Amino acid sequence: MALSGYSKESAAVSHYPAATSSESPTSRKAETPAAITSAKSARGRTLLHRPLTISLLTLASVLLIWWGITASHLVPALFLPAPDSVVHQFVHLLQVGYMGIPLWAHLATSLGRIGLAFLLAASIAVPLGIAAGLYPRVRAVVDPLVEFYRPIPPLAYLPLIVIWLGIGEGAKVTLIYLAIFAPVFIATVTGVRAVDQSKIRAAQSLGATGWQVIRHVVIPASLGQILTGLRIGLGVGWSTLVAAELIASTQGLGFMVQSAAQLLQTDVVVIGILIIALIALSVELGLRALQRKYVPWDQPH
Amino acid sequence: MTQLIVDHLTVHYADDTPPILQDLSLEVNSGDLVVVLGASGSGKTTLLNAIAGFAAASHGTVSLNGLHVTTPGADRGVVFQDDVLLPWQNVAENIGFALKLAGQAESEIKLRVQALLALVHLPGFDERAIWQLSGGQRQRVGLARALAADPELLLLDEPFGALDAVIREDMQCLLLSVWQETYKPMLLITHDIEEALFLATRLVILAPAPAGIVETLELPFSRRFANGETARAIKSSTDFIALREHVLAKVFAHHVRTATITHPVEHQ
Repeated sequence: MALSGYSKESAAVSHYPAATSSESPTSRKAETPAAITSAKSARGRTLLHRPLTISLLTLASVLLIWWGITASHLVPALFLPAPDSVVHQFVHLLQVGYMGIPLWAHLATSLGRIGLAFLLAASIAVPLGIAAGLYPRVRAVVDPLVEFYRPIPPLAYLPLIVIWLGIGEGAKVTLIYLAIFAPVFIATVTGVRAVDQSKIRAAQSLGATGWQVIRHVVIPASLGQILTGLRIGLGVGWSTLVAAELIASTQGLGFMVQSAAQLLQTDVVVIGILIIALIALSVELGLRALQRKYVPWDQPH
Repeated sequence: MTQLIVDHLTVHYADDTPPILQDLSLEVNSGDLVVVLGASGSGKTTLLNAIAGFAAASHGTVSLNGLHVTTPGADRGVVFQDDVLLPWQNVAENIGFALKLAGQAESEIKLRVQALLALVHLPGFDERAIWQLSGGQRQRVGLARALAADPELLLLDEPFGALDAVIREDMQCLLLSVWQETYKPMLLITHDIEEALFLATRLVILAPAPAGIVETLELPFSRRFANGETARAIKSSTDFIALREHVLAKVFAHHVRTATITHPVEHQ
C-alpha cells in the first residue's frame, strides 16, 4: 500500500470514503453479487413484463378511442371507418380479394419484392461494408457513392429508375434495394471500424491469419451493428415499398392501399396499413430476437 | 532451450519523434521470469509490443531462438491488461481458440482445455459465458488461453493492473505456480514495485528513453515462494522491504517531475 502512488489501487482507494461511509468494505463486497442479481431481475421485470403491459394498454386505449369516435358519429365513416366495418371488410377481402386478386396474392407480391431487395442488399452491403471497414482504399471508393445517394428520398430518384429500368419488377426491386443498401452498408462499416484493436492483436498472437481474424473476430464483433443495420434497412424498405408500388402496379399491399384511397375505400386503406405494420413489426421483433440470441454481449439499450 | 534476445532495440512511432525505446538490450532464457518495471512513459509497453510483433523496430532486432520477430505469432503467448477475451465464445472456446486456429481435432482441444482449466484453478468453467466471469477469473482464462498453443515464451502486459489488491496477490501466486509447473519463460511488465519484486527472477528497471535500463537485479523471492514460503511472509520480510525501498528510490531518481510532489495518502 505504501506504493499506492504507483498503482491503480490509489484511484480506487480514493473513492472509498465516499462509497463506504456507512459500511465496512467487507460488508459491501459481500453484498455486491446479490445487489447485481436483484438489479438484473428488477431490470428484467421492467423491461419485459411491465412495459409490455403498458404497451398493450396503450393499444387497447387507441382502439377504444377509435371505437368511441366512430360510435358517436363525430367523424364521417369516409374519414374514419368504424372498427367493426374494418373487420367486416377484412373478412370480405379474405373471401373475394381486392381488384379480383386474392389478399394473400397482394401480400405475397409485396413480400416477394421486399424480400428479394433485402436479400440482394444484405448479400452485397454486408461483405462490401466489411471490406470497406477493413481497407481504407475500398472505403475511399464506395463511401462517396453511398453518401451521395443516401440522403436523396427514393421518390426523388424514382423517375430516373423508371426511365432506366422501365415499369416492371426490376424498377420496383431496385428502388427498395437502394433504400435498404445504404443503412446496412453504413452500419457494417461502423461496426467493423469499431472492432477493438486489442482483440485483433490477441487473435494474431494466438496464431490467427488474416482471414481467421476476419472470421473469428471482426465479423462476430460487428454482428450487433450489422443486425441493427438490417433492422433499420428493413424499416426503410417497407416505407419505400409503397413508393415502389406507385409504378404501374396491379398487385401488392402498397398498390392496394393507394388504389383504395383513390376509390375512397377508407376501410381497405386501414386494413392495408395494419397488415404492413403487423408484418414490419413481426420482422423487427424477429431480428431483435436474433440479436439477443447471437449477440447477447452487445445489447442495444 | 528458449532464448529471446532483444538486441539494441530502438522504436520510434514516427520518424520525426524522439524514440520511445533507445538501444535497449535484454535476454530471456528458459526458466526466467523477467519483470520489466517502469512508470508510465518508460516504454515498457512498447518493448512488449515489439517482442509480441505488434510494433516494428526502427533499429536493432528481436529474435526468438535465432529467428527474427517481425509479426505476431503463436510462439509468443500474450496476456493483456484489458479484457480481450472473445465474448462470442465461452470459456472453453476462448482457451481452445489457438488450437482451433491451428486445426487441431476437437477431442484433443477438449483434453488440453481441461488440463488448462485445472492449471488456472477454474475446473468446471467450460461452458461459462465470458461476461459472467469476474475480473480475476477473466485474467485466469486469458492466461490459460495464452498457454494453450504451448508458446515458447509468455508475455504479460500488466496482467493484474485492473484487479483489486487481494485478487491481485492471489493472481501473482497463481502465476508463480503456473510458471513453476509449466517452466515457461515469462516476461511481465508492470508499474507495481511490490509485484515486480515478488514475481521476478530478474528485475529490469526501465526509465524513459534515452536512459533505458537503469538497473537489473537478480531476485530470490519467486523461488522462495516456489519452495513453500507464503506471499505474505515474503512481502513482509526485511530483505524484501529493503529492496522495495531501493527500487523505489531508483524509480524516483528517474522520474520526470511534472508537478509539485503530493505525498501519497497512506491507506489504514
